[in-house]
Amino acid sequence: MRHTLTVMVENNPGVLARVAGLFSRRGFNIDSLAVGRTENPLVSRMTIVVEGDDTTVEQVNKQLHKLVDVIKVSDITKDAYVDRELVMIKVYAEPSARAEIMQLVDIFRARIVDVGPKTLTVEVTGNEGKIDAFELSLRTFGIKELVRTGKIAMLRGFKTSSKNNNHKEEEVS
Amino acid sequence: MDITVAEALVRCLEQENVEIVFGYPGGTILPVYDALNDTTIRHILVRHEQGAAHAADGYARVTGKVGVCLATSGPGATNLVTGIANAYMDSIPMVIITGQVPTSQVGTDAFQEVDITGITLPITKHNYLVKDPAMLPAIIKKAFLIASTGRPGPVLIDLPKDIAQTRIKFKYPKKVELAGYKPTYKGHPSMVQQAGRIIMDSQRPVIYAGGGVRLSNAAPELLQLAETISAPVTHTLMGLGSFPGDHPLFLGMLGLHGTRYANQAVTECDCLIAVGARFDDRVVSKVSGFAPSAKIVHIDIDPAEIGKNVRSNLPIVGDVKNVLGAILPLLKKKDNAAWVARVQQLKKDYPLHYRREGIMKPQFVIEKLNEFKDDNAIVVTDVGQHQMWTALYMRFKEPRSFLSSGGLGAMGFCLPAAIGAKLGAPERNVIVVVGDGGLQMTMQELGTAAEQKLPLKIFVLNNQRLGMVRQLQEYYCDKRYIGVDLQFDLDFAALGRLYGMEGYTVETEEQLLEILPRVLNSKEPVIVNCIIDREENVLPMVLNGSPINEAID
Ligand SMILES: Cc1ncc(C[n+]2csc(CCOP(=O)(O)OP(=O)(O)O)c2C)c(N)n1
Repeated sequence: MRHTLTVMVENNPGVLARVAGLFSRRGFNIDSLAVGRTENPLVSRMTIVVEGDDTTVEQVNKQLHKLVDVIKVSDITKDAYVDRELVMIKVYAEPSARAEIMQLVDIFRARIVDVGPKTLTVEVTGNEGKIDAFELSLRTFGIKELVRTGKIAMLRGFKTSSKNNNHKEEEVS
Repeated sequence: MDITVAEALVRCLEQENVEIVFGYPGGTILPVYDALNDTTIRHILVRHEQGAAHAADGYARVTGKVGVCLATSGPGATNLVTGIANAYMDSIPMVIITGQVPTSQVGTDAFQEVDITGITLPITKHNYLVKDPAMLPAIIKKAFLIASTGRPGPVLIDLPKDIAQTRIKFKYPKKVELAGYKPTYKGHPSMVQQAGRIIMDSQRPVIYAGGGVRLSNAAPELLQLAETISAPVTHTLMGLGSFPGDHPLFLGMLGLHGTRYANQAVTECDCLIAVGARFDDRVVSKVSGFAPSAKIVHIDIDPAEIGKNVRSNLPIVGDVKNVLGAILPLLKKKDNAAWVARVQQLKKDYPLHYRREGIMKPQFVIEKLNEFKDDNAIVVTDVGQHQMWTALYMRFKEPRSFLSSGGLGAMGFCLPAAIGAKLGAPERNVIVVVGDGGLQMTMQELGTAAEQKLPLKIFVLNNQRLGMVRQLQEYYCDKRYIGVDLQFDLDFAALGRLYGMEGYTVETEEQLLEILPRVLNSKEPVIVNCIIDREENVLPMVLNGSPINEAID
């Protein structure tokens, strides 16, 4: 099963290497990893999608905790959350195909961000399902290049996964 | 007053009450060495950086303090790696300081540049590359804090030469902030309550004690727990010494080379209290066959150890001493008479044994060492058969009296570790038990020991072989021996004499018995080359994939 983890880290040099190294070293599989600064410039937030059963992901969680630079880890898989991913697709677009592509862009609420003589570059944000569907529908025209950011996620409502609420104590209870 | 970062580093070490550092100099660490001229901290020059790391490790194991070592960049730093990994696997508090090429050259493959923070990422609890001179004092403070608290471990600080030479205003911070570092010391109250209940409900309890007992100085609590509920105590290699070896409830080591009675007791118990232990594969063997009828109470300060290898019914994250201290008042005295009798019967039915005929047996040497050594002697072993024989046949009465490379199993550990141990506890006798293979891995440190006038008592269990691997080849490769004979007959007694030691070779029990009291009471360094049976095996032995109660014996 795929789990979505939110990991708050101190914005120190090498922190990404520590986190990524931990996954490869302990044989955990990262599906996607997105990282960037938060409202606090000293803190970065990673959203990591990891494949594994509950025990594996619990180990991932605990091992991440042991990294000194990691402030907080939350597995939000079972919570209500909003998630988004951004993709840019450079698609082959001969004049005869353009109209149809534009139609798809409309349907998916995507945007055209660059127009070339033979290609269009489109961007779309959404959850994974939407992005997968969009990619699939553009396949017929031929995709020249594709880049995805990996998923970012945030809990719905008032709750956050960034504030430390003494999770280390809770974890064992 | 402004001082250089290198000088500040030395002031920081003084503030941390460091008395001894082990090291080996070189170009990029030059400023730090220069600053060592003006301090009372003692510098011990080793012969190879691996020796510096193991010596700092041995010092830490014996004193409970943070061990400190220094090396230069590049090869100096890479030579430390085995020693750092060893400390990491056994959770030993250490601070390692390496020189680095000047900041402007970092990342250019400069002369003697290696990315030591990258290399040691998976074998340190944490590490730092110093980039801002002003941060050095805070980094040192954090390093000592991280190394010595929670589950201890090594922390490395990589210091570029130009930064070491930069002047800063020195102030040692009283407190440092580590947002993501908050070890849990106290067990969760409801978990502690439940543990009390499970333990009181059990009829056949066994305590399985690991290195965490020593790390948290919980030997008194362990003894009290065992005696209150009449639970036999078995140990991991790292746990030996934290419960008196002459106690009727003592079961000795468990696992692949554990005693049969320990392994059988674990197999039959209805409650296994794991204290500061991590269910290593050398202990557990076949997971489904390990303590199959037991409720497992697992006490450890590292939450990641809970449920990692073996399920537990009741995890308690916390410092062993605290948690046992909280559980003890909940317990009432009970005698489990039937169970204790059963375990005593197991001890009678399946004792340790060996055949005392022909060439001198290594077990005999260990038994006699055990008999003649004083109670507070420190025994340091290397890795191999002699290590297992020592673990099985030696009886320790005090914590911090048995040092061995557990998790990493690094040959070459014992001599430098013994040097660190002797410097940490000069009043205690330090006995080294080592194989002829392992001694040759770090025997250059005989020079260090001689220079420091350390009266180590070194017993080489000389089988002219890499005995443990020979044994593996006997069982798993149909005796197709390869790469295990040390054919050159090195005269270890003569070797010792070259380094100013008394050197003896003993080939018979009588010869051994004749010199043993004299050697152990001598104020001089002594090496005893014990010629032992080349074919002797470490038994009991659980074959790969078998449950621990099915051992060859
Ligand atoms: C650095 C290192 N290399 C290889 C090994 C594998 N190994 C484990 S025990 C052993 C043999 C040790 O031989 P010796 O030191 O003579 O001790 P004995 O087993 O004969 O008591 C070897 C090679 C190891 N543990 N450490």
